[in-house]
Amino acid sequence: MTGTTRLRTAALPAVLAAAVALAACTPTTDDSSATSASSADRGRLAGTLTVFAAASLTDVFGDLGDRLSADNPDLDVRFNFAGSSALATQIVQGAPADVFASANQPQMDVVTDAGLQSGNPEVFTGNVLEIAVPAGNPGSVTGIADFADPDLTLAVCAPDVPCGAAAATVFAAAGITAAPDTEEEDVRAALTKVQLGEVDAALVYASDVRSAGSDIEGIEFPEAEKAVNEYPICALAAAPNAAAAQAFVDLVLSDDGQQALAAAGFRPPPA
Amino acid sequence: MTARAPGRLETAVRRRRGRSVPAPLLIPAVVGVVFLVLPLAGLVVRAPWSAIGPALAAPEVGQALRLSLLSATLATLVSIVLGVPIAWVLARSTARGRSVLRALVTVPLVLPPVVGGVALFLVLGRQGIVGSWLDGSFGITIPFTTAAVVIAETFVAMPFLVISVEGALRAADARFEDVAATLGADRWTTFRWVTLPLVAPGIGAGAVLCWARALGEFGATITFAGNFPGTTQTMPLAVYLALQRDPEAAIVLSLVLLGVSLVTLLLLRDRWLGRSGAPIA
Repeated sequence: MTGTTRLRTAALPAVLAAAVALAACTPTTDDSSATSASSADRGRLAGTLTVFAAASLTDVFGDLGDRLSADNPDLDVRFNFAGSSALATQIVQGAPADVFASANQPQMDVVTDAGLQSGNPEVFTGNVLEIAVPAGNPGSVTGIADFADPDLTLAVCAPDVPCGAAAATVFAAAGITAAPDTEEEDVRAALTKVQLGEVDAALVYASDVRSAGSDIEGIEFPEAEKAVNEYPICALAAAPNAAAAQAFVDLVLSDDGQQALAAAGFRPPPA
Repeated sequence: MTARAPGRLETAVRRRRGRSVPAPLLIPAVVGVVFLVLPLAGLVVRAPWSAIGPALAAPEVGQALRLSLLSATLATLVSIVLGVPIAWVLARSTARGRSVLRALVTVPLVLPPVVGGVALFLVLGRQGIVGSWLDGSFGITIPFTTAAVVIAETFVAMPFLVISVEGALRAADARFEDVAATLGADRWTTFRWVTLPLVAPGIGAGAVLCWARALGEFGATITFAGNFPGTTQTMPLAVYLALQRDPEAAIVLSLVLLGVSLVTLLLLRDRWLGRSGAPIA
């Protein structure tokens, strides 16, 4: 944790510079790795930027939003964090969003199938499953094979939500028939059951384990690599604030955005 | 109660006044009805009717529907057994602290059901005050079982029955009970043979309300009982999860739930409330 904090603090000046640079070069170019910062361009963005993002991005995107608005005092960055499918529905129904970041490809497809994107969505990060157990690991869980143990109380996500689909892939890869006691409606609900000590283990995302703090322990397992969830992001065609939208997308894709995501337990997008 | 038959005088007065409803009442009433009915009409209009047959045939739907009906009925029975005595205490007893008791009993009405589910965990969960003792002494764990569904539904729905029966008790003519007492009946005998028959329609109405609330229960159930097909996945949970993946399937499931509950309520109405309800209708 302390290492993470130090990293973030050290990276901050670079991020500020990059954000200014990105703000300066949009929207005429979509080159996301612009580095030629010029203090004259500081604060060029104004108005309101509305970002619709998957709930798992709450902490990281909040930080990135703060950085962007610190560089652009006239810019008001607002977030709508929720389940990706709910967000996709809202966007298709005409919600005034500038940017959409989804926790998986199918929900981004809902938006692109409706032709609402500006440019092509880009995968900016990934998330893998991790086993979450209550502090002290009362069920003595050691790996994914324990999810076949009918004597343990186990939570997974329902197959209808992305983390449940990933869980099914992982179980297939491990060659086990899982014996869960509950199929939770979202990953946070599964995490809550672990935090309350009501289940011996749950399959959640690595980033959730990282954000949950000390009452939860995470156990990594090799089969998780078979189900890497990819997060695409794009600016929206009907964005009320297109310049700021592109600046935010560029910030997320920049090295500094990637560092912030890595610090929060996300992993780099597949090459 | 609403189920009481109008007296002869009432009927005569009503006839003389005619059937016109004053506009200040009629207009908001119509707006209100439209507001309540329009979303349902939306479900019906947007429903993929051709998909209803296959949806009904899907084993998970039958499973969820059976579990919903069973658990809501059990929750209603538990609510009657525990709730009618609570209502009697609130309406008839002269003990102090009744208003505090009433407030406590109706807390689940205002508590967000998800919080109710967490509260149930804190008491009946593995780490809970009572649950850890149950687990340690008898090896019984309640969460993630059908019993947990019934408990969650009872917690949320019983206050509806209590409020409704208390109202019926207050509206019931206490003179019948007084007469029974003067004839030598003790309070239990009076309750059993006078009060209970007197407020039976009120209990019926309260039970219907309670059952309907239990049938639609979502938050406390998914929190405390979890979601597993066949064990704890009731229809509202199935609808919510279907919504994540396939909104059309969710609409179909909702209509199935709506249809089953409407039919059940209509049948119950004829059975329980038909006699006194008929003259009003």
